[in-house]
Amino acid sequence: MRTAIVERRIDSSALLAEVANTRNGATVLFVGTVRDMNDDAPVSALDYTAYNAMAERELAAIVAEAAKRWKTHDIAVEHRVGTLDLGEASVAIAAAHPHRGEAFEAARYIIEELKRRLPIWKREHYVDGRSEWVSADGQKTADIEQRTSDVGAKS
Amino acid sequence: MTVRVLLFASYADALGASEVALDLPAGACVRDVLSRVKSMASGKRIPDKPLVAVNQRYATDDQTVSASDEVAIIPPVAGG
Repeated sequence: MRTAIVERRIDSSALLAEVANTRNGATVLFVGTVRDMNDDAPVSALDYTAYNAMAERELAAIVAEAAKRWKTHDIAVEHRVGTLDLGEASVAIAAAHPHRGEAFEAARYIIEELKRRLPIWKREHYVDGRSEWVSADGQKTADIEQRTSDVGAKS
Repeated sequence: MTVRVLLFASYADALGASEVALDLPAGACVRDVLSRVKSMASGKRIPDKPLVAVNQRYATDDQTVSASDEVAIIPPVAGG
């Protein structure tokens, strides 16, 4: 198992190689990338910023939960911070298991928990020069006050 | 006691600082930290019940804080 918050480009094939093991019959790779539109606004770039120490700790905790639940240690996850261009990977999850069901479920668990729990924020820069903080589901900062307490209750 | 409070992203923008030092009575809890921050200039832009972490773990409203704790007010997260 390895997790990291990184400031460099994510090499997803390196993550795949890292979890490769002849015990495993299935490897799932999830890659999250910067898309060019949010809420009908054309996006030009994204800045990810993190509460680094906590993000590292929380990411490691999420992966440990998945490893325990699906009984595999062959998991590697990187989340990138800094300025990302369109199409670049912001997160990559490689999860390997003897069987495909568990590999898919572990990867899915990790991405969903990470989106809910990692203290990482993104500021979108739009083609028209504006920029704004956005939450995980694409809402702008003005609309999200209600959501904050919901997340806390589940954590 | 003096407690360090870290601010991030939209909340740091709202308060114009990424960190504030609060003077609080011994035995103060997360709720007291929040009401103090909200009483600061521009503090009203922080919601009533934001996520809070103490020493890098999500905390509840009634968790007590001490001078050596690292308290952070966490805006809605957007990783992934």
